Amino acid sequence: MQTLDQTVVEAPPTVPRRSPIALGGVSRWRAPLSILALLALPFLLPSQALAVNVLIYGLYAVGYNLLYGYTGLLSFGHAAFFGTGAYLTGIGIGAFGLHPLLAMALAVVAASGLALVIGTVSIRSRGIYFAMVTLALAQLVYYVALQASSWTGGENGLRGFTVSAIDLGIVSLDILNPLTKYLFVLAFVGAALALISRILASPFGAVIEAIRENETRARACGFDVERTKLLAFVLSGLFCGLAGALSAIHLSIVPLDSLAYHTSGTAVVMTLVGGAGTFFGPFVGALTVLVLEDVLSLWTPHWQLALGSVFILFVLFLPRGLWGTALGRLTALRGRR
Amino acid sequence: MNPVSNPILEVENLGRRFGAFTALEGVSAAFGEGRITAIIGPNGAGKSTFFNLLSGALKPTSGSLRFSGRDMSRVPQARFAHLGIARSYQITNLFPRLTAHENVRTAIQARTHRYDFWSRRDALTGLGTRADEILDAVGLSGRRDRPAASLAHGEQRALEIGISLAADPKLLLLDEPTAGMGPEETKEMVALLRRLGESRTILLVEHKMKMILGLSERILVLHHGRLIADGTPSEIQADREVRRVYLGQSGGYGHA
Repeated sequence: MQTLDQTVVEAPPTVPRRSPIALGGVSRWRAPLSILALLALPFLLPSQALAVNVLIYGLYAVGYNLLYGYTGLLSFGHAAFFGTGAYLTGIGIGAFGLHPLLAMALAVVAASGLALVIGTVSIRSRGIYFAMVTLALAQLVYYVALQASSWTGGENGLRGFTVSAIDLGIVSLDILNPLTKYLFVLAFVGAALALISRILASPFGAVIEAIRENETRARACGFDVERTKLLAFVLSGLFCGLAGALSAIHLSIVPLDSLAYHTSGTAVVMTLVGGAGTFFGPFVGALTVLVLEDVLSLWTPHWQLALGSVFILFVLFLPRGLWGTALGRLTALRGRR
Repeated sequence: MNPVSNPILEVENLGRRFGAFTALEGVSAAFGEGRITAIIGPNGAGKSTFFNLLSGALKPTSGSLRFSGRDMSRVPQARFAHLGIARSYQITNLFPRLTAHENVRTAIQARTHRYDFWSRRDALTGLGTRADEILDAVGLSGRRDRPAASLAHGEQRALEIGISLAADPKLLLLDEPTAGMGPEETKEMVALLRRLGESRTILLVEHKMKMILGLSERILVLHHGRLIADGTPSEIQADREVRRVYLGQSGGYGHA
């Protein structure tokens, strides 16, 4: 690794130096590789519905990871964005008869707007206070949805907006066909992954990582830390809102639970189990948690207890998550060679 | 030494009180371009306060501070970096999990690409090349792709200076650049500072007398918040007052 000349002279290096461990190369291909892996998913999992859930919750966790894993902000209120995306998609289709794609687009815009509001209020607090403020504000959104039952269906959740086909002008997608639905959702998830990969590889991506690493230093370097955090918060809310919108299309109902605090917790758990601050980790986390949920709930009605224990084990013994640990091993192997 | 022709930094009657406590009082000095000046003094002499005033972290309660002829008394701290004053910290203050190169590259980026989330980082080759030049200048090209946290203490201190250089400062304020370093590392740091001093004005706070006497052309001595001496190393060594309050304490050349 240290084959570069060690002489210390002022002369600028004329030959551009490439990192021997070409992580830059990996980052260029991470979005296409992830999409390829996700294409294989419906053929590997026992049910298509589970595969679609992995996509949706994977995207939810990826959006969350942008804030938690890359910017270093632990939010406990991301259900607000997921739920808003889901509810507004359902309301747009059911109450206003909008085209599903238009309803989704409006819902994503609204979720981002909500993120701008919640972010503006919460971003100045730090650490546990930040987590608590986001939690409180998300609970506020939950109660609004609970009270406005004529719009949201209250405790029963939002029903009556079944999407069976999506008219794309030239073709009409039959969403009732599980594989078509999977590919429809994957189109959005894939586009989101490409976008997120691009953001992470951008100068802005470097700034959020710098803030995660050392906020004081980032500020001393001349970065506006608050504004950068807010931007990251809104982007994160946008992708979580998109995940919610997709879940409304997938389920044809929006349970009130999609706004509840344990949905916020789900994002945290999936991100940590997969590996915070890794590109594909959240998907691995979503897959692991959803499969465990499936398997454990067959065995015992107390499956949440078992899932909780598994999560504790992860935090204690695999703090970098499944994917993070695997990547670490791989890098170590390549470094040794 | 004082008057300096064409000074880059001038302080006049500079002072700072904290409530009833006067940390610094009536300090006047001018600093020319491309010189290394050391600021010494026993603990509590006001060195840190002086540094905090020069870097904008604190505002003076009396006197004035001019940089390149511009009054800096009311300029917010963030603007100091943009105007050409950078500082390093006594405690190492890096981006620990980023590589050495990324540490410097990100710091350079603060001037031009703060909210750009569409370009590709590695396509902005100008920033990358500049970061490589800086790593070269601080002797860390061999550590380019190592995370900052994995570097040796001396290397981290050098990287700290590299980050300060990212803003291409005219004035570099270094707070104990050799803190916690062994003799070998100190030697390398001195060589680095000497090179940097050729093209920049450097002010440094240090405790290692031997190093200061060899490195700096000029020494300021603070004691109880006042400037008690200002001169070349030999003048300072010969100064009675300085010998009494400072050098005398450890019988001459102090803490090696």
